Amino acid sequence: MVGEGQVWEALAEIPDPEIPVVSLVDLGVIRSVDVSNGHVRIEFTPTFLGCPALEVMKRAMEEKVPGAEVQVIQDDSWSTDKITPAGREKLRAAGFAPPAPREASAPKLVQLQANVFRCPYCGSTDTRLENIFGPTPCRSLRYCESCRQPFEQFKTI
Amino acid sequence: MNEQALLGLADDELVLGWRDSEWTGIAPLLEEDVAFSSIAQNEIGHARAVYELLAGPAGDADALAFDRKPEEYRCAPLVELHLLEWAHTIARRWLYEVADEIRITALKENADPAVAGLAAKIDREEAYHRMHAEMWHDRLRDEPRFRKAVEELWPYALGLLPTELRGELVARVGLAEVDAIERGTHTDELAPMWEEMTMVRRSAPAGSQW
Repeated sequence: MVGEGQVWEALAEIPDPEIPVVSLVDLGVIRSVDVSNGHVRIEFTPTFLGCPALEVMKRAMEEKVPGAEVQVIQDDSWSTDKITPAGREKLRAAGFAPPAPREASAPKLVQLQANVFRCPYCGSTDTRLENIFGPTPCRSLRYCESCRQPFEQFKTI
Repeated sequence: MNEQALLGLADDELVLGWRDSEWTGIAPLLEEDVAFSSIAQNEIGHARAVYELLAGPAGDADALAFDRKPEEYRCAPLVELHLLEWAHTIARRWLYEVADEIRITALKENADPAVAGLAAKIDREEAYHRMHAEMWHDRLRDEPRFRKAVEELWPYALGLLPTELRGELVARVGLAEVDAIERGTHTDELAPMWEEMTMVRRSAPAGSQW
């Protein structure tokens, strides 16, 4: 009979459909795994509600863990703070600046415009906001003045 | 929170998402092309989540979104308007986001935890839409064309909110309260948009898989 540990291991092998260097477990989107009487129940929290990867992720989980019931939880229990330290490191290595920690209040434009975001290529903090929005809902576009490289910054949500 | 009000929220987000996506490929700046496309995607995602909540686990959110007749939609007339001019487009985005923040903040206190939880999730994403709207508002607030557009759309913006929440919108926008163009009536611009929005679904044979 399958155990919860095995389910977590299987889920850790499912890549994010858009950024395959990180897994669903790295992203922290698996809220819980419960196995009882041979029935597997996975609670999953979407990153952004409009993210088309949501359906792909759900299907991938159902294929990877046959018979599992995947429950999509649509509340604010996921935030970018749930991305694991390993996940953040993998993002950085792939050229995506990981999200800043979430603060008590919602993020503000002045914070995004401040020079505290680190370039994932050269490590400089001399970077500027190019666009709040990017190629997917979860990312913003920034530009590094030091190595003159545009890069994608994960939004804090 | 009654179902009609939630349906109104979902319909607002679906129709405005559709309208905002009309700038994809033709916005006056490349950055805005990306921004409007991304905002539209989020709004339609919010609509889907609310339709799913209303439809329940065994229900069909797509049927709720697309199988009603135009006159059955609960969206506010503001989101239906087919705006082809940037000042009006930005004026609508700003007015919508100010009103939507008031509405979502109230929904986060809803007695139903599923509604309150979803509102909290939506709120986190909307923070970025508000930044975008505020950025443009700060840039254009003294431009006569923008002021005129805000004033023209103001009666429509009031119609987004139930009467008990309008006082806060009046205070934040800084215009006097006027007669609102109320939800429940529709502009002539909804039906042609609905034709386009539902065309694929209406033409697909019954039982089609997507």
